[in-house]
Amino acid sequence: MGNTMTDQTQTPGPQQSVPSQTADQPDIIRVEAMHKWYGDFHVLKDLNLNVRHGERIVICGPSGSGKSTFIRCINRLEEHQRGKIVVDNIELTDDVRHIDTVRREVGMVFQHFNLFPHLTVLENCCLSPIWVRKTPRKEAEADAMEYLKRVKIPDQANKFPGQLSGGQQQRVAIARALCMKPKIMLFDEPTSALDPEMIKEVLDVMIELAGSGMTMICVTHEMGFAKTVADRVIFMDGGEIVEEAPPHEFFTNPQEPRTQSFLQQILAH
Amino acid sequence: MAEPMMKPPKIAIGPVAWMRQNLFSSWYNSLLTIVVGYLVITSVGPLFSWVFLDASFLGAGPEDCTGTGACWLFINERLNFFIYGFYPGELQWRVDLMFLLLAVCFVPQFIERFPGRKWFGLFGLTGLPVVGYFLIPGGTFGMEIVQSTKWGGLMLTLILAYIGIIASLPIGIVLALGRRSEMPIIRGICVVFIEVWRAVPLITVLFMASVMLPLFLPDGMNFEKLSRALIGITLWQSAYMAEVIRGGLQAIPRGQYEAADALGLGYWKKTGLIILPQALKMVIPGIVNTFISLFKDTTLVLIIGLFDILGTVQSTITDPAWQNVAIEGYVFVAFCFWIFCFGISRYSQNLERKLDTGHKT
Repeated sequence: MGNTMTDQTQTPGPQQSVPSQTADQPDIIRVEAMHKWYGDFHVLKDLNLNVRHGERIVICGPSGSGKSTFIRCINRLEEHQRGKIVVDNIELTDDVRHIDTVRREVGMVFQHFNLFPHLTVLENCCLSPIWVRKTPRKEAEADAMEYLKRVKIPDQANKFPGQLSGGQQQRVAIARALCMKPKIMLFDEPTSALDPEMIKEVLDVMIELAGSGMTMICVTHEMGFAKTVADRVIFMDGGEIVEEAPPHEFFTNPQEPRTQSFLQQILAH
Repeated sequence: MAEPMMKPPKIAIGPVAWMRQNLFSSWYNSLLTIVVGYLVITSVGPLFSWVFLDASFLGAGPEDCTGTGACWLFINERLNFFIYGFYPGELQWRVDLMFLLLAVCFVPQFIERFPGRKWFGLFGLTGLPVVGYFLIPGGTFGMEIVQSTKWGGLMLTLILAYIGIIASLPIGIVLALGRRSEMPIIRGICVVFIEVWRAVPLITVLFMASVMLPLFLPDGMNFEKLSRALIGITLWQSAYMAEVIRGGLQAIPRGQYEAADALGLGYWKKTGLIILPQALKMVIPGIVNTFISLFKDTTLVLIIGLFDILGTVQSTITDPAWQNVAIEGYVFVAFCFWIFCFGISRYSQNLERKLDTGHKT
């Protein structure tokens, strides 16, 4: 079992919002002056972001603001054209070996789960540890069962993804990513495709994970989640980082007019 | 208030209710049932008597075909030729052994609980061609050589179809992957290969293989006609197969590729473990369709002088000793083809059911 989970025993309670316990930690992700274009369209403009070990970042913003594209650049599902992205001291370039190394250390959870429908839940979880990390099958399966317990669905291990509800599938997807024992977890709108009653079960798992000291970057519209677990909230609009602040400041005293109008819209209802 | 345990409404059951629902539900359905019933009875009856009741099964020669029905005696008499062609009688055990192995490998595939049937199937796909390669032509292990010009009949049909099928699938997969490759040269080669071979009729391919290919080959390098035909059929077939498989590859959602990438699986692992298993499963009907059509297309080798089962039958029905046996001959050929094609089709349905994991992403 990964020591990431046992490092920190106390989980931050819902009230105790974000002390900067990670201030003295070294950076694990560095994004410097990064730009990306789709054809002529300038999607990401001069992004700069440093993420420390164990830090929890929430990225929010209106749709089309480039937040998903941004985190997909961090494990090179999307290519950036200018600037620099360094993950765990490895710079992302065209070099396939670098990309593979980074992807091994970065887990990702998608909006639409993207589980492999032809494999059982357990096989979904074991696949990458066995084929990429070369973990012996027995060990990989034991690990996977531990993670499935942690996301509270060990009893579904031998079912196929198609037999599970959306919330269960998303929890399997989280377990699958954790099975690689990543140093960083990326969440790309993990609750956006879920029915309202299933959102909580997924958020609970994510909150528990945040408490274990995992470095996390979440693109999400769940502002409650942001208030509870984030160390920093980043607001993006039009491909730029507009504002960046600890959640308390971000929600009570936003500086930029664009942030203010965004917050008004989503907190109004 | 509803009862605590509501049962579904009882549907009327029994043969009478079934007939009322399905055959006589309205006046025009009743009329249709009667008309169709009349046609079936008037056509099946005579067919049945031609095939069985009035047919001649036993006897010594053409003069014993006295009935008004089919003369199966003819098939009986020439069965050896229809199955083995000119393969020498005392060596036919080799072919028989191959038939037996084929049955041993593939009959268990239809029996759900047969222990280790996967291994039988695997041997059928990999080991069997190797065994056949040594056994049928002979020449090794002290076995007498039988030139491929002597092969014929059902045996030749099966060899052509079997090699064509199992060789075209892997080549087709490679071509399909190549056509979707991001490397322009590989993609270009695959596109050209597929488009050229697919645009040519099989007859042309066979003619080229038998007549023109030897002109281009250097002196002393000489394939026999059968090998040339086999190579032609396989390459032609793999172009078709590639397009069927490409259809499956395109149906895989982008999220599957991204999830595999995000987990750090490289190109080959991603393709082999995630993409191909799903894509192939999706296009089983298309693959089987292609197999069946290849199986029947093998009859075209007749035009380059190879005697497959149709060729052997066709060459014997002109025998002056036997009069009017053409229909029997063709019915026999049709029946043989139907047996194999139906078998392939049933197996694929089986496979589809078994592989269905109840998902639609």
